[in-house]
Amino acid sequence: MAKVTFLTDLCKGCGLCVDACPKQILIIAKEKINAKGHSPAEMTDPSKCIGCAFCATMCPDCVITVEK
Amino acid sequence: MHVQYNCTKFVLHDCTDTMTCICKAYGINMIVFEKPKALTDVPMHYCPGCAHGIIHRLVAETIDALGIVGNTVGVVPVGCAVMAYDYFACDMVEAAHGRAPAVATGLKRAMPDRVIFTYQGDGDLASIGMAETVHSATRNENITVVFVNNAIYGMTGGQMAPTSLPGQVTQTSPYGRDIKTAGFPIRVSEMLATLDGPAYIERVAVNNVKNVRNAKKAIQKAFQNQLEGKGFSFIEVISTCPTNWGMTPSQAMKWVETDMIPYYPLGVYKDKYADVTGDIGNTGEVQ
Amino acid sequence: MAEKVLMKGNEAIAEAAIRAGCRHYFGYPITPQTEIAAYMAKRMPKIGGTFLQAESEIAAINMVYGVAAAGMRVMTSSSSPGVSLKQEGISYIAGCDLPALIINVQRGGPGLGGIQPSQSDYFQATKGGGHGDYHLIVLAPASVQEMADLTIQAFTLADKYRCPAMLLADGTMGQMMEPVILPEPQTSAVEKPWAVTGTQNKRPHNIINSLCLRPEQLEKANFERYEKYKQIEANEVLYESFMMEDAEYCVVAFGIAARVSKNAVISARKNGIKVGMIRPITLWPFPTDAIAAAAKQVKGFVCAELSMGQMIEDVRLASACTKPVLLCNRVGGMIITPEEVLEKINTLAAL
Repeated sequence: MAKVTFLTDLCKGCGLCVDACPKQILIIAKEKINAKGHSPAEMTDPSKCIGCAFCATMCPDCVITVEK
Repeated sequence: MHVQYNCTKFVLHDCTDTMTCICKAYGINMIVFEKPKALTDVPMHYCPGCAHGIIHRLVAETIDALGIVGNTVGVVPVGCAVMAYDYFACDMVEAAHGRAPAVATGLKRAMPDRVIFTYQGDGDLASIGMAETVHSATRNENITVVFVNNAIYGMTGGQMAPTSLPGQVTQTSPYGRDIKTAGFPIRVSEMLATLDGPAYIERVAVNNVKNVRNAKKAIQKAFQNQLEGKGFSFIEVISTCPTNWGMTPSQAMKWVETDMIPYYPLGVYKDKYADVTGDIGNTGEVQ
Repeated sequence: MAEKVLMKGNEAIAEAAIRAGCRHYFGYPITPQTEIAAYMAKRMPKIGGTFLQAESEIAAINMVYGVAAAGMRVMTSSSSPGVSLKQEGISYIAGCDLPALIINVQRGGPGLGGIQPSQSDYFQATKGGGHGDYHLIVLAPASVQEMADLTIQAFTLADKYRCPAMLLADGTMGQMMEPVILPEPQTSAVEKPWAVTGTQNKRPHNIINSLCLRPEQLEKANFERYEKYKQIEANEVLYESFMMEDAEYCVVAFGIAARVSKNAVISARKNGIKVGMIRPITLWPFPTDAIAAAAKQVKGFVCAELSMGQMIEDVRLASACTKPVLLCNRVGGMIITPEEVLEKINTLAAL
């Protein structure tokens, strides 16, 4: 069972992880604001995550840790 | 329950080592991707979606994978990556604009057993520092050069770079780069590949997962070459500048695919030590 | 036993640098200092050192920056137009508080100028040269022996104060042959924990850097550097005082101009004029106190130099313009004669 953790306050909301996710379960949470003032990325349905780490591969800010 | 295992092959399904098997057998969660230790905890100042962060991470992952963080000295440029000395956990030097290969030459000559790399942008490496670039290459200095080509001067606010594409609109080419007055972009990898000196030259991109993985392999090879004493290894990374290109990060990655890569084909341009039966020079894996 | 040999000034610099433990040299050919590069090219490979003919003066000084960052003794040499090119790198080296040695065997300028001796880079050497607030420790040899001795001294001071030093010679000094007692080989005794030699996983990473975007911090860094400069000014001033005990007039000159002037002083004494000479050996720090003291003693100064009058400004400042200061100069590669200096001394005495 894959587990993805976001260091939300480091996220700049660029959305590259959203584009990369093959399961399309990542979104930019527009209604939220992190410490940097960005709307951060988050996962909508963790149960669908396959732990491919595509999101982390494309993240420029090392926000994402993937466990499997 | 999980154990912190820093897997160097970060994608699980590629991973065939014992640790993976143990983890699977016991149902333990294994970290398949986390921030490399060769990066410090200082948050990067780059704009949202700027690929510098990805390329920094690839360099750091390489340093971790080779176990050389305590033995490495990095040289950073003037440009957006000017403050990268705060981001890498190894010893770092900040060079004057364009002079990183000369500084790296000094460091390497002084400490031949240390791993020396430069990290430079297109204005730094291909404009003001072209002489240092060409001559460190032709001397086959045993250093690793990571060249980030995003076709623009980012730090100063988006001026035309030596690698800006024909017709590209920038602050100093507001009507598009006019080749009649501003000349043509420089294909640095192709140019350096004409020299007898350099050991390894490859152009990669970081616009999608597949290319990021290829970029990592290339960067790792460039560092490995240095450890093996093979000489000047140069990785050109086609990157983005969403802010100054006036695009979203997503659009910028697409522009790399549609506009940058056609002008700057990816592939191995020189590999002195390639198997003679393998691809050599411009006939390499050009996509 | 110290050896006594006949050497060109340029070669004496090179040999002394090697004896000072310098194992890295980067240069670019330019007259009249190329013998230094040639000597290094011959010697360095034999002693496990680096000789590298760089692609430019700019590259050479940045290679120096790299070796200095690694904490090792390093030097480059050039002549006036080449030293202009090095100024960017020198400013960075000063801004990063790195020790390094830059040799300037001066020739006439401005522009491409000529290849004959000059002292017209005094301002460039002593007032900064590159951008920003900084100083080099500037040493001015007046003999081949001093070319060797002051090279060693420059390395010592650079290490001691973590700042770049310059040997400001001229074409005459570089080309002149004289007997020289070569100094004993030595090594730097200074610890350099700041050097980027790799953390070896034993310490936090070292950063060699002159960027400081916060004005408060950059101001602090500048103030701290100037505290260091005050120490240098207090401790490291070197000058030669010649026949100054009873002097009523004082010649101030350095390098080749001082050698010429010494003959003029002796001649003037024979004619009954009580004249002495102060020869600054460190041009920065300048022997301000010595000149100020002399200003209380003498009726006036002659400043003899191979420029349109550069050091004369420091002499006027040091003497607070309390006494007349006459300029005796030749430029463009022409050398002052003892007669010309004597004539100025006579003019001064007749005021």
